[in-house]
Amino acid sequence: MKKLNEDLLDIGGRKFRSRFILGSGKFSLEMTRTVIENGGVEMATLAVRRANAGGMENILDYMPHGVTLLPNTSGARDAGEAVRIAELARELGCGDFVKVEIIRDSKYLLPDNTETAKAVGLLKARDFVVMPYMMPDLSAARDMEDAGADAIMPLGAPIGSNKGLLTREFIKILVEEIDLPIIVDAGIGRPSQACEAMEIGAAAIMANTAIATSGDPAAMSKSFKMAIEAGRLAYLSGTGRVLEHRAEASSPLTGFLEDR
Amino acid sequence: MRDFTDAEDYEEGMEHIDPGLMTGVLERASAYDSDDYSERDVLGVLSSDGIGPKGFAALLSPAAEPFLEKIARRAKEETMKHFGNSVNIFTPLYASNYCSNRCVYCGFNRENNIKRAKLVGEEMDREMEAIASTGLREILLLTGESRLHSDPDYIADLVARASGHFSNIGLEVYPMNTGEYRRMHEMGADYVTVFQETYDTDVYKKVHPGGRKRIFSYRFNSQERALRGGMRGVGFAPLLGLSDFRRDSFACGLHAMEIQRKYPHAEISFSLPRFRPFINHEDAENGVTESKLLQVAMAYRLFMPFAGQTISTRERPGFRDNIVGICATKMSAGVSVGIGEHSGTEKGDAQFDISDPRGLEEVVNALVANGRQPVFNDYVKV
Repeated sequence: MKKLNEDLLDIGGRKFRSRFILGSGKFSLEMTRTVIENGGVEMATLAVRRANAGGMENILDYMPHGVTLLPNTSGARDAGEAVRIAELARELGCGDFVKVEIIRDSKYLLPDNTETAKAVGLLKARDFVVMPYMMPDLSAARDMEDAGADAIMPLGAPIGSNKGLLTREFIKILVEEIDLPIIVDAGIGRPSQACEAMEIGAAAIMANTAIATSGDPAAMSKSFKMAIEAGRLAYLSGTGRVLEHRAEASSPLTGFLEDR
Repeated sequence: MRDFTDAEDYEEGMEHIDPGLMTGVLERASAYDSDDYSERDVLGVLSSDGIGPKGFAALLSPAAEPFLEKIARRAKEETMKHFGNSVNIFTPLYASNYCSNRCVYCGFNRENNIKRAKLVGEEMDREMEAIASTGLREILLLTGESRLHSDPDYIADLVARASGHFSNIGLEVYPMNTGEYRRMHEMGADYVTVFQETYDTDVYKKVHPGGRKRIFSYRFNSQERALRGGMRGVGFAPLLGLSDFRRDSFACGLHAMEIQRKYPHAEISFSLPRFRPFINHEDAENGVTESKLLQVAMAYRLFMPFAGQTISTRERPGFRDNIVGICATKMSAGVSVGIGEHSGTEKGDAQFDISDPRGLEEVVNALVANGRQPVFNDYVKV
C-alpha cells in the first residue's frame, strides 16, 4: 500500500491523505463525528446558512479537530450572494476554503455554471481556496480554471438522487483536460459508484445523501472509505485496457503488411 | 372556455396579472375525477421514477387508499434524499385578529363575536423577545385580513421589528400587490404563504361572502406577486374539507408546479391544514381523516419531492411526530394562537383550537427521540 501512503491530494496548497469529502446536514450532528472517524474524512462541508446565527446546536461543535471545513454557499442565487456567504463563513471562523454552490432552480438543484465561474474569480480575488460545484461542461470548467479555481467539483447526477455516475463520460473529459483535482460531487449513491469514479481518475468523492439514507451511516461511511481507496489504487495502478476498449482480435487487421 | 376570472369585481388598487396560469390550473382541476383511477394506476406510479400530474392524480384518488403503507415507504425515501432527517422548527406570531372578511369557517370572521386586539409598538417586541429567548430563529407573522387595522405600514413595522430578533421571517397576511410585497421583502421578510382555501370557484364564493377575500383570482395570483416582489419562497394550501379535498389538493399541486416552472428559483412549500373546531363553532366537522390527510401529504411529496411541507398544531402530537418522519419537513412549536399570549397577557381571542400545545423543548425532545434533527435556522440573508 506504499502507493496510497505517498499519494496526497493537494487542494490550494493543503495536503490531504483522505479522498473522501463528507457532506453534512442530512443526518444528526452527533452522528457526524462517528461518520467522519469511520470514513477517515479530513474535509467536511457545512452549510453556512445553517451554521449561522446560533440555531439549536452548532455543527462546528461536532467537527473533530483537524478536519478542514468546507463551507458551502447553498442558498446563493448569484455570484454576489455567494461571495457574501463565503465572507460570512470566514467571519464565523470556518477558514478560507469555500465550495461555490449557485443554484437558481429549486426543483433539480442544478448549478448555474455561468454565475459559478463569475463567483470563482471574485472569491479568488478575496484569497479563498475555491472549489466550484458545477455541471460537467468542459468550457465552463476551463473558465473556472482560468478564474483561479483550486479544484473542480462536477456532479455525477442530480443532488440527492443517489443515481450514480450518470455524467461519467463528461467527467472523464474533465479529468483528461483540466489540470486541477476533479472531485465528483452529488449523485453518488453507492460505494461501487464512488470506486468507479476514482478508477476513471477523479481526485476525490463528495457524498452526503448516500450516507444519510443508508441503514447504518457509520458503517456506510467506512464502506465508502474502502471503495474510494480501492478505486484510487486501481487508477494509480493503471487499469487493464480491456476495461476501456474491446479485446484485440486474434487475426490482426495489419497482418498483410510486408515491410522490406 | 370557462372564464374563471373575477377581475371585473376587483377593488380599487388590486393589481392584475395575466390569468393564463390560473385558467390552466382550474381547467385541469375541474376535469379531474378521482374515481377514474385504479389500483393498477397507483402501483404503476409507485414503480416509476418521476411522477407527473397523472401520477399525482392517481396518488390522490380513493384507489390509493389501500396502499398508504407502501406509499409511505416511498415518500420517506424521497424525503430523506432531499431533506435528510432535518425538521425545521418555527413558531407563528399572531399579531392581530381584526379581519374584514366573512369566511364562514373561520374564527376571525368579522361577524364572529370575539375579543379583537392587535399588538402595537413595544408589545410586538415583547412577544418577539419572548419567542426568541426560547432559541427559535424562524418566525411566521400572521394577522387577520384587515387593511384597516393591520395596514401595510403596520405589517412593515412588524417585519422590521422581527428582523431584529429572527433570521428567517415568513408572512401569512392578506394578499398584497407586488410593490407591497417588495416593501416587506426589503424590510426583512422572505417567505409568503397564502392559503387559497379551495380551488372550487363556486364553493369559494359561497364560503367567502364578503371582504376582499371574495375575489378568487386576486388571491390565486398572490404567490406570483410575492415572487415578483423579491420573496424567495411561497407557500400553498387548500383548507382540506371545505370542498372535495382530492380535487383541491390536485389543483394546489398544479398551482405550485406551474409557479415553480415560471419562477424556477422559487422555494415551494405546502401546508396541510384541515378543518378544526373554532370559537363559537366547537362542533365543526369535516370528512378529512388522518389517513386522508397523510395521503394528500404523501402525494405532494412524490409529486414535488423537493418542496417543503409544514404540519401545524391543528394536528395532535402523535400525528405530527410521525408525519415528519414520512413527508413533512417543518413544524411549529411553542404555539400560542391568541394575541399577546407569548409574553403572558392575552389581549385577543384565537383563530382556532390547537391540538398540540407542547412547548419547544418537548417538541424538540420528541423529534430527537425519533431520530430526527431539529433545525432552527436554514437561511442566511446576505
